[in-house]
Amino acid sequence: MKVLVTAKRVIDPYVKVRVKSDGTGVETANIKMTINPFCEIAVEQAVRMKEAGIVTEIVVVSIGPIQCQETIRTAMAMGADRGILVEMAEEAQPLAVAKILKAIIEKEQPRLVIMGKQAIDDDSNQCGQMVAALLGWPQATHISNVTINGDTADITREIDGGLEKLTVNLPAVVTADLRLNEPRYVTLPNIMKAKKKPLENIKPDALGVDVKPRLKTLKVAEPASRSAGVKVADAKELVAKLKNEARVI
Amino acid sequence: MAILVIAEHDGKNLKPGTTNTITAAGKLGGDVTVLVAGHNCAEAGAAAAKVKGVAKVLVSDAPQFEGALAENITALVLSVAKSYTHIVAPATGMGKNFMPRVAALLDVQQISDISSVVSADTFVRPTYAGNVMATVQSSDAIKVITVRATAFDPAGDGGSAPVEALAATPAAGLSKFNGQELTKSARPELTAARIIVSGGRGMGSAENFKILEPLADKLGAAVGASRAAVDSGFVPNDYQVGQTGKIVAPEMYVAVGISGAIQHLAGMKDSKVIVAINKDAEAPLFSIASYWIVDDLFKVVPELVTELG
Ligand SMILES: Cc1cc2nc3c(=O)[nH]c(=O)nc-3n(C[C@H](O)[C@H](O)[C@H](O)COP(=O)(O)OP(=O)(O)OC[C@H]3O[C@@H](n4cnc5c(N)ncnc54)[C@H](O)[C@@H]3O)c2cc1C
Ligand SMILES: Cc1cc2nc3c(=O)[nH]c(=O)nc-3n(C[C@H](O)[C@H](O)[C@H](O)COP(=O)(O)OP(=O)(O)OC[C@H]3O[C@@H](n4cnc5c(N)ncnc54)[C@H](O)[C@@H]3O)c2cc1C
Repeated sequence: MKVLVTAKRVIDPYVKVRVKSDGTGVETANIKMTINPFCEIAVEQAVRMKEAGIVTEIVVVSIGPIQCQETIRTAMAMGADRGILVEMAEEAQPLAVAKILKAIIEKEQPRLVIMGKQAIDDDSNQCGQMVAALLGWPQATHISNVTINGDTADITREIDGGLEKLTVNLPAVVTADLRLNEPRYVTLPNIMKAKKKPLENIKPDALGVDVKPRLKTLKVAEPASRSAGVKVADAKELVAKLKNEARVI
Repeated sequence: MAILVIAEHDGKNLKPGTTNTITAAGKLGGDVTVLVAGHNCAEAGAAAAKVKGVAKVLVSDAPQFEGALAENITALVLSVAKSYTHIVAPATGMGKNFMPRVAALLDVQQISDISSVVSADTFVRPTYAGNVMATVQSSDAIKVITVRATAFDPAGDGGSAPVEALAATPAAGLSKFNGQELTKSARPELTAARIIVSGGRGMGSAENFKILEPLADKLGAAVGASRAAVDSGFVPNDYQVGQTGKIVAPEMYVAVGISGAIQHLAGMKDSKVIVAINKDAEAPLFSIASYWIVDDLFKVVPELVTELG
């Protein structure tokens, strides 16, 4: 079966993000960018399913500026077969991303769509659910296991109190949680091979979808900082402080 | 302004987070209706009616709402959505799961995880693991919002709202709920606890992690963990605190053998009092701690238990 995976380009999770002095956004100039860690897990899952003989083709989609080609090449170096870049200069909000993906999915007809559970920049946790909704497909979010059984998939999801088991009809959209797998490191030969894989570049207009933002960012700011704390010598002093100063115990 | 809050519950009581969401909904200015959907959930409906600030409760009780499958809950919410200006749910596992589905089918851009209400259409929400607070304004006719529970106080008791039955929508038939494996614990839930004791990679092993138990017992605390501790298999996944785990803001958070990566801080930095125990004098967590001890945790933790008497 064919699988479609998504790969968002985000600021590296280990970079300290800074708000621009005019409060209009965050500094992105000369900042290290990477594939969203949850998308990396999604790609890894598709590749493992291909290695297991369940999947025949992996199509990877990224939406954003031209540099997203690098993100797609990363996914290809991991094992994706083919890439589609939907090139947009402005950032797309989740509903717009979902509408773009719906249009591509209707054309590509995959049996399974694997996405990240959240992008670590905007932390929205929406896109996968929205894509499933627009297609009228079932969804399984925050998954830690997926097994394909013919026309259905057995899923384990991570929920607040533990784990949940579901069976979803295929086609379906699933979103990857941290413990679904550990992504492989890409090797140099695979990076070279990825350069030769097909990568299509399309514009949202060609898909005929409305990508106008519905949310306007009025300003961004750094959160209020905490007042400075104190070092204490030992358990005894700590307990005294907690009782008499902080009064929490 | 008419506001619909979707409750999270266990059939009998509202889950922590829902009453905070009712407080957030109250700030929008308008009547707050609470929807309780589930199977055998009449008691939870009665509990919702007692919450202060609730004008009306809708209860929809049917087998297809067991397990809160996103497809089925979405259909129910859509059946009444057009009567409201705001649809609000806690940004918990459940809310994150079905709310974007509701938003997409209403052709609305959801506003995730708000930490403050500026006005009926403008909200503050944390992004980049809480390092950037964005103020956003929605131009959609219906606002679909999830709420960061720790940013709002829980609404108290004292209400006596009327309870009405809401006709169930049919099962979507797209997926099947096969049950849950919940971590059994006699301790308070992480997101509801007054005090949390959390362990990191520094605990060393699942066996060693247990030395936090007597400390948690003494403090009446819940037990949490860093991702490194979960990934190392010391504790189950639902213990994880952080950007991609649970967001908590208890009265006191005691971090033991946790370095303080931004992804961990994202989940706990709004705790009132933060205590850190780490043998590394340079641990980043100290930068946000109220009190810290630089020493071996295997020495400090048992001493703390003794000192607490
Ligand atoms: C401070 C700030 C201000 C902003 N202002 C604006 C603004 O004014 N206008 C505007 O349009 N946008 C703006 N954005 C950007 C925009 O809000 C986000 O990019 C958008 O909300 C996407 O949310 P998300 O990635 O968190 O979605 P999520 O729902 O968290 O993403 C889930 C998954 O969907 C997939 N996915 C998401 N996006 C893509 C993609 N582009 N390509 C491939 N797969 C993807 C991935 O698999 C991802 O793991 C702003 C962002 C920030 C941080
Ligand atoms: C996309 C993404 C999402 C993530 N999400 C999360 C998340 O939600 N939550 C989360 O926690 N992390 C998350 N992480 C991981 C995060 O970056 C860190 O790797 C993790 O928090 C480290 O856990 P730790 O502090 O327990 O381990 P370490 O960083 O290894 O720290 C262990 C600490 O224990 C101390 N120590 C060791 N032995 C002793 C001793 N005997 N006595 C006293 N102190 C001792 C050490 O000095 C050290 O400071 C995420 C990472 C990424 C990339």
